[in-house]
Amino acid sequence: MTILAQAIEVTRRYGDVLALDRVSLDIRAGELIGLLGPNGAGKSTLINLFAGLRRPTSGTVGLFGGSPMDPARRRGIGVTPQETGLPQSLRVGEITDFVSGHFPERVGTAELLARFGLGDLAGRQVGGLSGGQRRRLAVALAFAGRPRLVFLDEPTTGLDVEARRALWDGIKTFHEEGGTVLLTSHYLEEIEALAERVLVVGHGRVLADDSMRAVRGMAGTRRVSLVAAHLPELPGVLGAERVDDRIDLLVSDPDRLVVELVRSGVPFSGLEIRPATLEEAFLTLTSKESAHA
Amino acid sequence: MPSLILAHTRYLVIEQIRVPIGILASAFFPAVSMVAFVVPFTGQDATAATTATGSLMFFGAMSSALIGLSNAVSQDRELAWNPYLRTLPAGPLPRFAGRILSTLAVVLISVIPVLVVGALFTEATITPARLLLGFGALIAGVVPFMLMGLFVGFTLASKAAMAVSQLLFFPMAILGGLLLPPQVLPEFVQALSPYVPTRGAAELIWWSTAGLRPSAVSLAMLALWTGVMAAAAIWAYRRDEGRRFS
Repeated sequence: MTILAQAIEVTRRYGDVLALDRVSLDIRAGELIGLLGPNGAGKSTLINLFAGLRRPTSGTVGLFGGSPMDPARRRGIGVTPQETGLPQSLRVGEITDFVSGHFPERVGTAELLARFGLGDLAGRQVGGLSGGQRRRLAVALAFAGRPRLVFLDEPTTGLDVEARRALWDGIKTFHEEGGTVLLTSHYLEEIEALAERVLVVGHGRVLADDSMRAVRGMAGTRRVSLVAAHLPELPGVLGAERVDDRIDLLVSDPDRLVVELVRSGVPFSGLEIRPATLEEAFLTLTSKESAHA
Repeated sequence: MPSLILAHTRYLVIEQIRVPIGILASAFFPAVSMVAFVVPFTGQDATAATTATGSLMFFGAMSSALIGLSNAVSQDRELAWNPYLRTLPAGPLPRFAGRILSTLAVVLISVIPVLVVGALFTEATITPARLLLGFGALIAGVVPFMLMGLFVGFTLASKAAMAVSQLLFFPMAILGGLLLPPQVLPEFVQALSPYVPTRGAAELIWWSTAGLRPSAVSLAMLALWTGVMAAAAIWAYRRDEGRRFS
């Protein structure tokens, strides 16, 4: 498959802060990639590098075989602006015309707005739109120039369930027609509904890069939390950390663990079991400072 | 590329016209000054009325250029829209050129009320050729103030830019003799006057519209200010680019 965008050993620092740490990654034609990670993990930095907003401190970022800093290479990408930044006094149709005017190939304004449920709002000033309408406009703008690759940063934040589903359908359609998508989201549900490949980033590293199926397996992980002075050797413990008296364990099979724990006769209290978030699972799995339980 | 510059200019002009307070502010004060001071006191003297009209037109132009541009640029830097524009397939040129051209458009709009008052209610006279020449002088004279606006806008946060541009604006306007003719100003102001860029710009306008000979010092200082402000604006632009887009 053709590689549309590529990061090779990319490191990015902001002063003392290490935002990305030797990240390598290929985005191939036709993929729909979900990018997961907590705030500050490096998601936005990664997108900014691909979109030509930032240069890597070291390493190489490629876009369509060139540099994203070259405006000509950016003809093939679409990016969502943050909806809070849209110029308030312009009309929806004017902004759309303005953005698509930058691209050699473009979707007609009427068609684009209709596709995102904004057909009736072309004459409305942005300042008069609801939050959800602005969000949809921001996402629509990413598709204005008939891109081959779109970067959607939190596309459905602030949308109600119905609008979210409608937007998912739009993204799916773009993908089915051959488009490539890199999507970030706080919602695991959204990544699960759309992505085929999932990237998890944390502390500036790619913690996992795998198929949705493999990642779903990870999502079965549970967090078992209890207060105890010490613990015996227990089965299926993937990771552990201790904060004061409380010990948190990430386990694949919590039932068996609890049975073993009771059987061992070690005193404990305050037992809690809850699903680990995907991020938690990956972060704990890959963190090196896991306390010895 | 020219079509993109046009697109950026168009959208920035629309933005300013839909929220016209900036244009009104630049046009209103000098027009009121015309009616209140020039019409009753020097309205009968053709040369004085002509130069006063030119001075107050430049007052409005300078306000649009310096205050308008520094506010617009500093606010741009705080909006998420600005980095988004950088992801579009165009370099920074169309945006920058659009900013300059739209400011020029607003400059030209904001001088119209003073021109109308001068033409209707005073003895100010001018030939079409001199009027055109006067507009040329006005645009040339406004360049260092646009550069100053860029410098302030790229250096300061928007609240600070608003205050600093006003602080720069009024003293320079008074020192340069835009509100009152230099001859009636106190002696120490007269001594300082040739060294502020407003004076050179005003003399350029008086020369082209009323045929008054400019002083070499004022014009040389205007050129020097333009050069220094260009260097400062370029420095501020590069520094800002380095911080936000490197």
